[in-house]
Amino acid sequence: MGFPILTLMIAIPALAAVACLFAGASAARWIALIATLVDLALGVVLWTNYEIGGPQWQFVEHADLFGRFAWALGIDGIALLLIVLSVFLMPICIGASWEAITKRVPEYMAAFLLMETLMIGVFAAQDLYLFYIMFEAGLIPMYLIIGIWGGADRIYASYKFFLYTLLGSVLMLIAMLWMVNFAGTTSIPVLMQTDFPADAQTWLFLAFFASFAVKMPMWPVHTWLPDAHVQAPTAGSVILAGVLLKMGGYGFLRFSLPMFPIASAELFWLVMGLSMVAVVVTSLIALVQEDMKKLIAYSSVAHMAFVTIGLFSFNRQGLEGAMLVMLGHGLVSGALFLCVGIIYDRLHTREIARYGGLATNMPKYALFFLLFTMASVGLPGTSNFVGEFLALVGAYEANSWVAFVATTGIILGAAYMLVLYRGVVYGPLTKEDVAAMPDLSKRELALLLPIAAGVMWMGVYPESFIAPMRADIGAVLARIAPTAPESDAKVVVGPVPHAAAHAEAHH
Amino acid sequence: MIVAIVFLPLLAAIVAGLGNRMIGNVPAKVVTTGALFASCAMSWPIFIGFLTGNMHAHVEPVLAFIRSGDLNVDWALRVDTLTAVMLVVVTSVSSLVHLYSWGYMSEDDSQPRFFAYLSLFTFAMLMLVTSDSLVQMFFGWEGVGLASYLLIGFWYQKPSASAAAIKAFVVNRVGDFGFSLGIFGTFLVFGTVSIPEILAAAPGYANATIGFLGYRVDLMTLLCLLLFVGAMGKSAQLGLHTWLPDAMEGPTPVSALIHAATMVTAGVFMLCRLSPMFEVSQHALTVITYVGAATAFFAATVGTTQTDIKRVIAYSTCSQLGYMFMACGVGAYGAAMFHLFTHAFFKALLFLGAGSVIHAMHHEQDMRFYGGLRKHIPLTFWAMMAGTLAITGVGIVGVAGFAGFHSKDAIIEAAFASSSSAGGIAYAVAVFAALLTSFYSWRLIFLTFFGKPRWAGSEHIQHAVRDAHGHDDHAHDDHHAHDAHADDHGHGHGHAHPVEGDLGYHPHESPAPMLIPLVVLSIGAIFAGWFFAPWFLEAEHGGAFWAGSIAFNEHLMHAMHEVPWWVKWSATAVMITGLLVAIWAYLLDTTIPRRFTDQFSVLYDFLLHKWYFDELYHYIFVVPALWLGRFFWKKGDQGTIDRFGPNGVAALVVRAGTAARAAQSGYLYTYALVMLLGLAAAATWAMVG
Repeated sequence: MGFPILTLMIAIPALAAVACLFAGASAARWIALIATLVDLALGVVLWTNYEIGGPQWQFVEHADLFGRFAWALGIDGIALLLIVLSVFLMPICIGASWEAITKRVPEYMAAFLLMETLMIGVFAAQDLYLFYIMFEAGLIPMYLIIGIWGGADRIYASYKFFLYTLLGSVLMLIAMLWMVNFAGTTSIPVLMQTDFPADAQTWLFLAFFASFAVKMPMWPVHTWLPDAHVQAPTAGSVILAGVLLKMGGYGFLRFSLPMFPIASAELFWLVMGLSMVAVVVTSLIALVQEDMKKLIAYSSVAHMAFVTIGLFSFNRQGLEGAMLVMLGHGLVSGALFLCVGIIYDRLHTREIARYGGLATNMPKYALFFLLFTMASVGLPGTSNFVGEFLALVGAYEANSWVAFVATTGIILGAAYMLVLYRGVVYGPLTKEDVAAMPDLSKRELALLLPIAAGVMWMGVYPESFIAPMRADIGAVLARIAPTAPESDAKVVVGPVPHAAAHAEAHH
Repeated sequence: MIVAIVFLPLLAAIVAGLGNRMIGNVPAKVVTTGALFASCAMSWPIFIGFLTGNMHAHVEPVLAFIRSGDLNVDWALRVDTLTAVMLVVVTSVSSLVHLYSWGYMSEDDSQPRFFAYLSLFTFAMLMLVTSDSLVQMFFGWEGVGLASYLLIGFWYQKPSASAAAIKAFVVNRVGDFGFSLGIFGTFLVFGTVSIPEILAAAPGYANATIGFLGYRVDLMTLLCLLLFVGAMGKSAQLGLHTWLPDAMEGPTPVSALIHAATMVTAGVFMLCRLSPMFEVSQHALTVITYVGAATAFFAATVGTTQTDIKRVIAYSTCSQLGYMFMACGVGAYGAAMFHLFTHAFFKALLFLGAGSVIHAMHHEQDMRFYGGLRKHIPLTFWAMMAGTLAITGVGIVGVAGFAGFHSKDAIIEAAFASSSSAGGIAYAVAVFAALLTSFYSWRLIFLTFFGKPRWAGSEHIQHAVRDAHGHDDHAHDDHHAHDAHADDHGHGHGHAHPVEGDLGYHPHESPAPMLIPLVVLSIGAIFAGWFFAPWFLEAEHGGAFWAGSIAFNEHLMHAMHEVPWWVKWSATAVMITGLLVAIWAYLLDTTIPRRFTDQFSVLYDFLLHKWYFDELYHYIFVVPALWLGRFFWKKGDQGTIDRFGPNGVAALVVRAGTAARAAQSGYLYTYALVMLLGLAAAATWAMVG
């Protein structure tokens, strides 16, 4: 066991959170910024020291606590990338809250730091119960952020958020208890190799599904997300869209697929069906939104459907694509919420129709917003293209219907994002208060630039992000490949189709 | 070298775009235009190398792109004959358009942005034509789409421009939907997205079938048609053409570069690049032939009634693209590429000439307010004449002619020579469309350059005259507002009726930066057909020239020369007929058009409203999509899921809203309690079990 870097990354924000509570507003801001930057630096260290092609689980730490509870940490490439995403977005969130949050600043910063602790904990946990604690407790700071620093209707939003997630978490806990009892271990790496009985898998899968589908969120348990986003402060939306939604996808990839491969295949159409509905329905809903945040929230549901479609394609392109969609969407949706926050701070409205013509007085803003809009519609050269492309390639390999329906998302996605962009940035600059809005400040530029760089990097050279997870995706594939549902797009090379079918029938 | 050709425009776009107002107009223009002329200067030697047989196909690797299992994509630049042809087309027209824009855009206050977009477009187009894999082709494909979106919406203050930009992007996305599925399917079947590998493997799947949406269909037909849907979108073929006329909202140099010479021909390029694959599916080729023929016919009919000078040329472009698809469909890829090549020069010339007219006429685009411009802007007139002679295909059979004479007539002959039923229909349609082409092209010339001045009623000219008498400095400031021309609604706009007279306004010839490109392109329009025909078309040289970069059908090219004399003369005959009708109706007896439209008002309205495609699409796609969106939102999310989900639960638990509010803080504790209880249970179980 080497240097406990994961424990350190979890401890630093936790300690800083405590420190914040005893500090003034200004000091709390600086403590939070420094702590998140230190964690970012540690994240970079983690990434550079991660050995591609090395052991599956690296930076492993293990300390028995009591009973079967253990402080067991360790990451594979999948977890590594999501941890890097989390620590990358955190300083940006702190920066986004720098001026926008004025009430109860120390508590706010503490909530964010606590959330960082728990997010890293979720992705690094190797103990099932530790994961559960981190996974569920991660919502508490989010409730607080929405409930205390949120908009006018924050009570309803946080209540809805609470209700949905509660249901899922209870079922998941019961399933976990059963699993530990069956396998006699709480070690996630061991459980990933455990063959649960086929009939039990279905129930276990559905119990986990209840939790992950809400977190994702999948249609029809998505309605908490638009409200939560609309009410959350900017940084809350960034972290919610950027990282919290990814916990659902991570859960599918870490638990559902490798632990319940038979049930995953059996319930292929459940997941695919809901995802297909989500792509079309939530895209259409996004098309008629008048509130910027709601529009982006609905687009998130549609994009997350690409993740589930990729994951349940049962092939490498699908799985790697799903991961890349998660990472790309984490950056892009976070950036889009920042873009909304930037103009919200100036005009205090999220209504698209109140804006218009910003290209004239905010050209820098227009450029960044354009980049993130184009990334969101999956333009090649940006992060989201690679993920969506691979996920859809995978989907086609799995089933042509799924690919056909899901690919309509690229048409609808372009429509609602460009309508949003036109409403805000294009058009004549006629409103006086809009014309008075200044362009990006240095602080805002510093928030958007790193994300823009990340989006381009992931779009042009995604290999940096695929390489660390390649072997781990392979490990998942090894678990699920034997049960993969048969594709409907089988090629038959032969003279006439019905003759071939005839011949098959005879053999 | 190819790396420099492709990436210089990108660098220039970044410098001009990010530098923007910081570096100022002139440096931005110098950097971008300089980069383009450098790229152009490096492209011609490559093309000449292929003409003389000194160059050979090669691929220049740049960077790894996507590695996911069997899916291997690299950033790489492919150079072969087909690429070389596109290189000279793209860089030549682009550099001339950059130069032209020095004059045309000189009064705009966002010039660095404009030039950055132009160069960005060129980069994306070059990535497209040098692609060695379908994914990189898609990158270029979407890149040019982005640039097109940005340039159509360049005057973003105009609502019509931003609407046209969205329309272009979204309609193209419908095409991309097919293209994407085509790429997915191709990878599924061939296990690769590398174009050479796909083309090598394609013939082996001639009789294969594949399951698709519950049906078992012919594999290659499916893949080809899916890819073709992408080509239809980008090349504005019937059904997915509606964005192209609206794209005229962009500045005229953009129309010349993107919406005439280069981007819209990407679909033709794609078909030619993948021609060995398309050759495997006769069904797909038949469909392509019919779609091309339908487009050529449709666009030519609409072109005869439009009054906006740019829209006439836009429909002409659409129609000529139909010719190119017809050529692909009958297997005459060399003829398709040749028409693409000559069309790029003469259509860019026509658009830039139109831009020069518009410039002279103070942004008036309605031809009914032109007239007699021949004497005022003679150089523009002669350039437009060269373009018109080229597009209508003036020439003497067996001797020589203007560019279109060689390329368009080759398509007509190839369609006949292909001796399939689709080819026969294509031949008939192509001849009829050629008649209309000649008519609307000459109509444009006569309305614009001949007769008496009719611009006394033009609001643009009235503005100009008023400004000249009043505050001179105000001259061009508000031309954006003027550009919000209502002509897309045909005659129903706020203009006064055209009246003869010039209000004392005298149009001036454009400045040198605009005239030089006109002269250069005129040379292309006059000589390019005659000079390059042997390499592109002739059975003897063609095979060696194309060197396998397209499926060059020597047999068909031979047969093309053997067609009966009346076939060879048919194109020329209809060209002359069209000219005569135009002379009669627009020079000799100018009451004819009015009498005709009164007599056949239903037909006229049908054509004027572009066969009512926009109205139709509005009611079958846009309106239902918005209705469904609202329905799913209000009735689905709010009316069903929320009502019976969280709100229903809330109503059960606490009847009154105030109670919910009071209990709110309690949720957190409840939640934490449930979690802790669960963990306690887990711990107990764990320790006991």
